[in-house]
Formats: sequence, structure tokens, C-alpha cells
Amino acid sequence: MSVQLLMFFACALLAVGGAVVLILAREPIHSALALILVMVSLAVLYLLLGAPFIAAVQIIVYAGAIMVLFVFVIMLLNAGVEERTDYSKIAKFAGVPLAFFLLLEIAHWLYHAEAGAAIANGAGAPQEAASTYTLSELLFRQYLFPFEATSILILIAILGALVLARREE
Amino acid sequence: MEFITQHPILVVSLVKIAVLLFVVMTALAYLTWFERKVVAHIQSRWGPYYVGAHGLLQPLADGLKFLFKEDLTPPESDRFIYVLAPFLALALALTAIALIPFGPPSVQVLGQPIFIISNLDIGLLFLFAITSMGVYGVALAGWSSNNKYSLLGGLRSSAQMISYEVSLTLSVVGVVLLAGTLKFNDIIADQSGYYWHLIPKWYVVPQIVGFLCYITAAIAETNRIPFDLPEGETELVAGFHTEYSSFKFAMFFMAEYANMITVSCLATILFFGGWLSPFPDRWTWQLYVPGAGLLLLGIYCAYDTVTQMHGIARLQLTVVTLLALGLGALCLIPVVMPLIQGPFWFTAKVLVFLFFYVWVRGTLPRFRYDQLMSFGWKLLLPVSLANLVLTAAWFVYGWVRHG
Repeated sequence: MSVQLLMFFACALLAVGGAVVLILAREPIHSALALILVMVSLAVLYLLLGAPFIAAVQIIVYAGAIMVLFVFVIMLLNAGVEERTDYSKIAKFAGVPLAFFLLLEIAHWLYHAEAGAAIANGAGAPQEAASTYTLSELLFRQYLFPFEATSILILIAILGALVLARREE
Repeated sequence: MEFITQHPILVVSLVKIAVLLFVVMTALAYLTWFERKVVAHIQSRWGPYYVGAHGLLQPLADGLKFLFKEDLTPPESDRFIYVLAPFLALALALTAIALIPFGPPSVQVLGQPIFIISNLDIGLLFLFAITSMGVYGVALAGWSSNNKYSLLGGLRSSAQMISYEVSLTLSVVGVVLLAGTLKFNDIIADQSGYYWHLIPKWYVVPQIVGFLCYITAAIAETNRIPFDLPEGETELVAGFHTEYSSFKFAMFFMAEYANMITVSCLATILFFGGWLSPFPDRWTWQLYVPGAGLLLLGIYCAYDTVTQMHGIARLQLTVVTLLALGLGALCLIPVVMPLIQGPFWFTAKVLVFLFFYVWVRGTLPRFRYDQLMSFGWKLLLPVSLANLVLTAAWFVYGWVRHG
């Protein structure tokens, strides 16, 4: 087994495990930590796919900024332990079988479809890690308009948050 | 055996990691000695003096003391996170150092450059990714201790690190614009050359504003005086690590010093030409500087041994003298001489920054919390933003060479 495959399975396991803990943990801060674990494992998966820039951005934006705010708010509000409800009945009778069925379907598709087999064998994956230079070339030449439009959208969101959060004089 | 020859990168990397870990751990230990000595002399004291000659064995004594102290865990604390936090802090702090190039990539063993562990295409970005995670160690330590003072320290540190990280990153973008790359070795190589054949073309010249912003934000990021509000012992006992004892406390301490080293290394790389020599290439005598410097140190130590030391201290300082003289002689061997130029200049520059850190600590009083926040957001951020815009304009209108 190659090192890369080993790394993939380790990180995939961590990501899925983190996601499960995120749902099951009763302390909000444990959930937040599990989410950070998911983010970081995803970043490593991006690295394995030959996209170091996306990996770094994933860590900086999600694990380094957004989750810090989450943890900060949880600490500030000193959120207590979640109370358990006795799960909804629909989940027990419809949700669980449906989820199982979905997993089966995905597994079936991945196993039989040519695309799935090709992906599993590494087709379509870039031979070399995409350089930041190529990426920026694409981002700032070919896709300049969507890029700028997104930044204006985010700016509007920030202004909206400011207006909402401002106290009335 | 076949595996080793087929995967030289794996083997060489493991050896490099082991060596670097040893060097960094030793450096951390002696950085505490260095800091105590310098601060002591700023305050007209002697500092560590009794354990070993000039207190040189003090770090060892401290380490042993930390190991043998009782390891307390406060009741009602979140046990898992309480243990996790110091490990997280130290691991992230040490990971960052793996990205630092200590010498030119041309020095190779088995086809692998030996002075850098990981020469990533996105080096700078990755370093920021790791340092941006560093806040968790402090914040989680504060939260999990189940102590009001710790929690306040943790909250302060999260707020402070988020605020100053923005300025820190923005102050560095100017350099990235000039270099046109995020790779550390390329950024350094781009700084070679001289103005008027004399002054090195380091980025500190065109990016002086960026450098000042960087060094201010960096001190805040590492929670050092005058920005040490997360610890603020006059206000919060010891802040986020109030409840920590024994080796867990030592780990926070080591993480802080490792972060200091990382930040100093980054300042050296981005603004002061990394492993480049400050002198023009035509001055060939500069090759002798490392060896000569160490020999001078050895001679001074020998003088000190004979005139000042008595008893066991004299023996200890003799060892130091012989070490300095031996290393100095080694550096003068013609084969070794060109190899150690890069690491020597890099270390020298980093030491200057570390001294600057300690100097600041010995000189400035602590900020008030509201002053800290308004300074970060209302002064540092606009200035570093203006620096970025000016650099971009400078670049767009073609006033600089294209990298």
C-alpha cells in the first residue's frame, strides 16, 4: 500500500470520525473541536489531491478564523451541556433506513460506474501539484469578474452585519 | 536498504527533523537563559549566576525541576481538553519551524537540500495557516481550567490574536507582491543584489512600513510584553496557564519561545534577506567571519575562565571555551567554510531579533486592554493596509523591476 493511500485512509477516517463526534458530543466545545478536526483532515485530503493552496486556505479560513470565532463565542457565553431529547420518531423509522439505503446506493455507483473506478484509480488527478502562480493566473484573469463580484458580496454582508449589530442611539 | 535508496526524501527528512528538533529544543532552553540574563542586565542585576558558570546550567536545572514537580489537574476541569491544550500549543509551534530555510537550497545531501525540511510552494501561506491555529492552545487552556482568571486570559488571547493576525498577514503581503512568490527560498533569492554595490537589496528598504507593522503585530501574536495581556500577572494571576503546573506549564513556556523563534525567523526571511550575507560578494574576507567570531568568543571565554572563575565553574567554562574554539576552527576548514555561511548569517540575524524582543520586554510597560484593541484596529490595520495599497500601486505603475 502506498504512503498516499495510507494517508488518505487515515485522514478520511479522522474526518468521518470527527463528524460523528461533532454530532454526538454533548459539550458544545467538544463539538467545535471535532469540527476543527474535520476541517484539518479535509485540508490534508486537498494536499493529497495536489492542491496545496486550497489546503492552506481551508486551514486559514475555516480552522484558523471561523472556528476560532465559534470557540470564542462558546467560551464567552459559557454554553452549558446539551440536553438529550429522545430523538424524533421519524428519524428512527425513516431516517436511519434511508441513510443506510443512500450509502448502499453510493457504494454501488462507485463500485460499478466507470467514472467511479477511474477516480479510484487516480485518473483525472493532476500529475503535479498545481502551482499558486497558475491558480492566481486563472483567478485574476479568466475568472476576474466572478472573483470581484464575490468580494463585493462579502463586503455587503459585512456592512449588513454591522448595521444589524449597531445599537440604536 | 533498498527502500532507503529509493526514498531518499523520506530518510533525509527524518534525519533533518530529528536534528532540527534537537537544535530547537536546546535553543528554547538557552533562550530562557538569554532572556533572563539580558533582562537582568537591563535592570542592573546579575540574573542566573549560581548554577554553572554564568548560570549556563540553569535551563537544565529548570527542566529537571519542571519534570519532578507535582502535576496537578484542577477538579471540575475538562480533563481531555486540559491535557490536549499544552500539546496542541507546543506541536503547532514546532511544526511552523519545519518550514524555515536555514541555508541556501544548493547545499544538498542525496539530492535533498539539507537546510530546509519542507520547501513548499506555498511556504508563507502554510506558515500562517499553522500559526493561525496556535490560538487554540491558549484559548482551550483558559477554558478547560475552570477558573475565572484562566478564562479571562483565554478570551483576551483569542480576541488579541484574531485582531493582530489581520495586521500581521497584511503587513507581509507587500513583500509577497515584490517577490511574486510564496516560496521562502525564492523570496530570499529575490533579495540578493546591492544598491550602489554596497547596501543589500533587502525588502526592509522598500517595505520599511510593512516591517514596522510586522514586528509590532508579531510581538502581539506571541503574547509578549507589552502585549502580554493573556498572562498579565498583575491582573489575572498568570492568565490562561494559572492552573497548569509541572511539565504542562513548561510546554506552554516552550511554545511561547518557539513562536518567538518562528516570528524572528520570518522577519529575517521576509525583510532581512534570510541566509544572504550582508556584505557584497567581492569582499571575500567575509567567509572568515563565522570562524573568526567563534574563535574570538573562545578567547574571551578563556580569559574569563582564567581571571574570574573558581572551582567547578572554571571546569565548566573550560568546556565552553574548548567548544567555541573547536567550532571556530571547524568553520575555518576550507571545505566547511562555504557551507556554514548561510546558517551563520541566518542565525546571527535571528539572534538580533531575539535580542530586540528581550530588549522590548525589559523596556516597555504593558498596554491597557482598550488601548491594545484600538491600537490594533485603528492604527496598525489602516497603516498596513495603506502600505499594501501603495506597494500595489508602485508595482502596477511599473516603478519597480518585475519579479
